[in-house]
Amino acid sequence: MAALDLLDRRLIDAYQRGLPICERPYAAMAEQLGVSEDEVVERLQSLQDEQVLSRVGPVFDHARAGASLLAAVAVPEAERDEVAAVINRSAGVNHNYAREDLAREDLAREDQAREHRYNLWFVMTAADEGELEARLDALEAELGKPLLRLPMLEGFHIDLGFPIPWAELEVP
Amino acid sequence: MSRSLSITAPETQAEHRLRALLESGLPLTPRPWRTLAEQCAMSEGEVMACVQRWQEVGLIKRMGLVVRHHALGVCANAMVVWDVPDEAVGELGRRLAAEPAVTLCYRRPRRLPDWPYNLFCMIHGTRRDRVLATLDEIVERQALQAIPHRVLFSLKAYKQRGGRYTREDDSHDRRTPQPA
Repeated sequence: MAALDLLDRRLIDAYQRGLPICERPYAAMAEQLGVSEDEVVERLQSLQDEQVLSRVGPVFDHARAGASLLAAVAVPEAERDEVAAVINRSAGVNHNYAREDLAREDLAREDQAREHRYNLWFVMTAADEGELEARLDALEAELGKPLLRLPMLEGFHIDLGFPIPWAELEVP
Repeated sequence: MSRSLSITAPETQAEHRLRALLESGLPLTPRPWRTLAEQCAMSEGEVMACVQRWQEVGLIKRMGLVVRHHALGVCANAMVVWDVPDEAVGELGRRLAAEPAVTLCYRRPRRLPDWPYNLFCMIHGTRRDRVLATLDEIVERQALQAIPHRVLFSLKAYKQRGGRYTREDDSHDRRTPQPA
């Protein structure tokens, strides 16, 4: 796990949103944090290199930026890595997770048997609905398994970034 | 269905190019907007005005550091799915979205008989037991005992990167996504 110092944390806490749109944004951030522009640029670069940040930049609204859809497929555990690799190679896939259904005692057993099989979950995006459908159809044909297609119908959350629980991370 | 809503239409070719470039992130150069401007035949001022406009109309939800939580040790990531009566789903979605621990909240279609769940939310945390404790608090606070739900924890990230909505040949990946 990456070791982050105070400046790294201050950058993450202050700038998951509201990156200034001015000619020299990193200088403006540096001024707010009381450090130099070079320091900010170097930190952002090393946080990116260490894969703590996937990028610095915009998060687009899925529904407005183009077409996107959450999909799931049920595969035997032994084939999971192989199928995940096929999904990853598919154009437009940006998130792809193995998930396990946490069987909770309060659920009926037949429910669990029926549903826990969806164990690969991915998001596919495209420029428009037509391209998205074509990509999903092609992947479905390649996998030979039905995809659970779950488009977003309504978004309730305003994405403000996520407050990092630094204190919890320090106490194992 | 999610819409291809052209709220900024007609998008010029230069703007489309800018969006493709922005999807892989802002250059870490002292004048990043100028660097982008040079790559899409716009002026620095035009690029900034365009990005500002995209923020105002909501095409850009936020602009800043996009953190990979897993790399920081925020490893427990639960997708909680709920089977909510249709007439109550909008109201419950708004209530769940207002919970501080909930990082995303969406309504999606049921796919019966396989998939009866129509409301999705994400809860991130450092450990599974903490995420589950948080979920129990939410169930209690929002009185959701009668709403069936399931918890799907992430086991492995095979890919995690920003969405690419522009045509593939318009954007050039500057980084190779790595599994967490």
